[in-house]
Amino acid sequence: MIRAVLALFIVLAAQTAQALPAPDALADPAQEARARALQKELRCLVCQGESLDESNASLAVDLRHLIRDRIRAGDSNAQIKDFLVSRYGDFILMNPPFESRTYALWLTPFVVLMLGAGIAIWVVIRARKSPPGDGTLTGAG
Amino acid sequence: MTGEIGQLALCLALALALVLAISGIGGARLGAAGAQAIASSSAAGMLVFIGLAFGALTYASIVSDFSILNVAQNSHTLKPLIYKISGVWGNHEGSMLLWVLVLALYTAAIAFSRRGGARLTSAALGVMGMLAAAFILFILFTSNPFLRLDPVPFEGAGLNPLLQDFGLAVHPPMLYAGYVGLSASFAYAAAALITQERDWARAARPFMLTAWIALTLGIALGSWWAYYELGWGGFWFWDPVENASLMPWLVATALLHSALATERTGAFRSWSLLLAIAAFSLSLIGTFLVRSGVLSSVHSFANDPERGFFILVLIGGAVGGALALFAWRAPSLDGGASFEPASRETALLLNNVFLAAAAATVFVGTLYPLALDALTGTKISVGPPYFAITFAPIFIALLILVPFGPRLAWRKGDLPAALRTLAPALGIALVAAAVILAFTAPRTLAGCGAFAVAAWLIGASAIEVRERGLGAFQAGALASALAHAGLGVTLIGIAGTTLWRSEALEVLGPGESMNIAGYTLRFDGVKGAHGPNYDAARATVTVLSGGWTIAVMHPEKRVFPAEGQDTVETAIRTTIVSDLYLALGDQREQGRWILRAYVNPLAPLIWLGALVMALGGFAALWNRLRVARPASVAVAAPAE
Repeated sequence: MIRAVLALFIVLAAQTAQALPAPDALADPAQEARARALQKELRCLVCQGESLDESNASLAVDLRHLIRDRIRAGDSNAQIKDFLVSRYGDFILMNPPFESRTYALWLTPFVVLMLGAGIAIWVVIRARKSPPGDGTLTGAG
Repeated sequence: MTGEIGQLALCLALALALVLAISGIGGARLGAAGAQAIASSSAAGMLVFIGLAFGALTYASIVSDFSILNVAQNSHTLKPLIYKISGVWGNHEGSMLLWVLVLALYTAAIAFSRRGGARLTSAALGVMGMLAAAFILFILFTSNPFLRLDPVPFEGAGLNPLLQDFGLAVHPPMLYAGYVGLSASFAYAAAALITQERDWARAARPFMLTAWIALTLGIALGSWWAYYELGWGGFWFWDPVENASLMPWLVATALLHSALATERTGAFRSWSLLLAIAAFSLSLIGTFLVRSGVLSSVHSFANDPERGFFILVLIGGAVGGALALFAWRAPSLDGGASFEPASRETALLLNNVFLAAAAATVFVGTLYPLALDALTGTKISVGPPYFAITFAPIFIALLILVPFGPRLAWRKGDLPAALRTLAPALGIALVAAAVILAFTAPRTLAGCGAFAVAAWLIGASAIEVRERGLGAFQAGALASALAHAGLGVTLIGIAGTTLWRSEALEVLGPGESMNIAGYTLRFDGVKGAHGPNYDAARATVTVLSGGWTIAVMHPEKRVFPAEGQDTVETAIRTTIVSDLYLALGDQREQGRWILRAYVNPLAPLIWLGALVMALGGFAALWNRLRVARPASVAVAAPAE
């Protein structure tokens, strides 16, 4: 992200930026909102830290045009994403897909939480059974 | 001469660190008072020599001594004095020197406070000595800031203009005070395992608190800097480098809570030890991620695989050693404390479950793409949406449970009574949710929930302070009330800017206007301006509301000729409840410029909340040091 911004400043590309009253903004506000939402879920491949929505790189500008062309042509969000993934790989998706190689990524938070809850229940049960007065209440805090 | 003095001082500091390691551990094992005294004086000497080395580099930077490679690469004669000083840690070598300086400061603080008795102190000093020796070796072999340059250049290369900023002058020392501060609780934990003394948590508490406060403020400063400097009003990007600082914070927060139980009732003894080890390990991993070049960002100044390898060995040694010690010794330390299911211990246990899960989420989200790339060559992105789905619910669940902790007694609490006391806070939360639902657009469930949780936290804190009355401060209840209320304040800020920000972007010529969220912004043109080491294009924008002029703002674009880079200087007009945020874009055609405007409702509360949390930390620290004074006399008395 930060390198991206740096690159942005260095290059000083005087290009169309986000939400600029672009000549090709979709006439239908609902469709334009769909395009904006889609842009936020896709990564700029030049700046990496930023989404297509935030990036000023020329590739991002091109891809924003491409998304609008596809929406005009009547593609669904899934079709547009599939097309971009087939062209650039999963890297373009801000949200990694749920598939065999990302199971561990998506499930770890849930597993750790469940495991933690299990251990916590076990600790509480054990603490209740252990003889009282085993550890004395110490100290003034 | 300056370079040689610095180099020599660093070598002497290395020798003292080795003496400290041997005499500290030896003194603790043998119980020899002489060795313990040597450890204390070595700690003091190490601070003096590292201070001297750091002073030498700072002096070289101030007088622009370009015969030192590091200064030539990172400084410039025209740079303002404050950035000549902050530029010392604005590069890899200097920042590692700052790291060991902070380590030496904490070491000296351990030596002089002698908390926890002679043996524990001595062993903790020994561990600090080992860490210091390893880091000084790292500096001398892979990152020497005192290397000479021949021929001496006429002018230096300058410092990245993004780093020439007040926020970033303060952010690294603050963050390091946090990262390295965790080494002190790590050292005490290791010392407890070495000496088998049980009372380490009390001894380490002030250091844990100091580290936590510094980490909280350091992260907030970094986020604030990103907000005003990067020019599009974001405050957190889930950038791996940010995550690297968030992980130790989450684990340190868990440690603060768990260690409280350990200290008071002896519960979770080995778990607290493990957290102390984990918190510092994550600091080291953060350093590795940032410094090794595995990640690229403004933080990774110069990438060098050799450094990465060295840090990896260092982490392996510190973490592996500590974990081995833990596996060997911890079982004998545990005394099964007993408590009821409704008790503060259970509340703290739940706190730790959620914080550990949150930390694990950030850990996987940050390292998974790197691991997958290294193992299979597949590149995937883990961006903000992933964390919104995984991290946010875990953290919100934690926040909902927070108010119960302080209301439950140790050992055996009264849950119905706690619920009765907290009922008004629940009422406030429902009112907040209703108000948000009624008066905001767009109407979102997330906003409703966030405000309800925030009101619940702040309301519960107010009840806590009212219940305890003037005794709140002594009981340490004020500290937790402030810290928990701060979480609520930050949550309001995050929800406000994320859900209700407005943005507008237009190309304006002089005299033309644009509208955003009830403001009219009149663009009055751009003039050239000069700073000490930059040229600027300075726009004048008049802000009108209801026909009245309420402000004149000057967003800038700066060009730094020495470094050949540009920066955006945003103009922000804040009323605490809302920020009007302007960034000047590029010139499109003669006299017409891109102007980006954002209205970020409640944005300042994000950092204000962090400040309130830190104040809570200060209250706890103050309370601790005040109470500890008579106790430390008692501790000093019993001899071996």
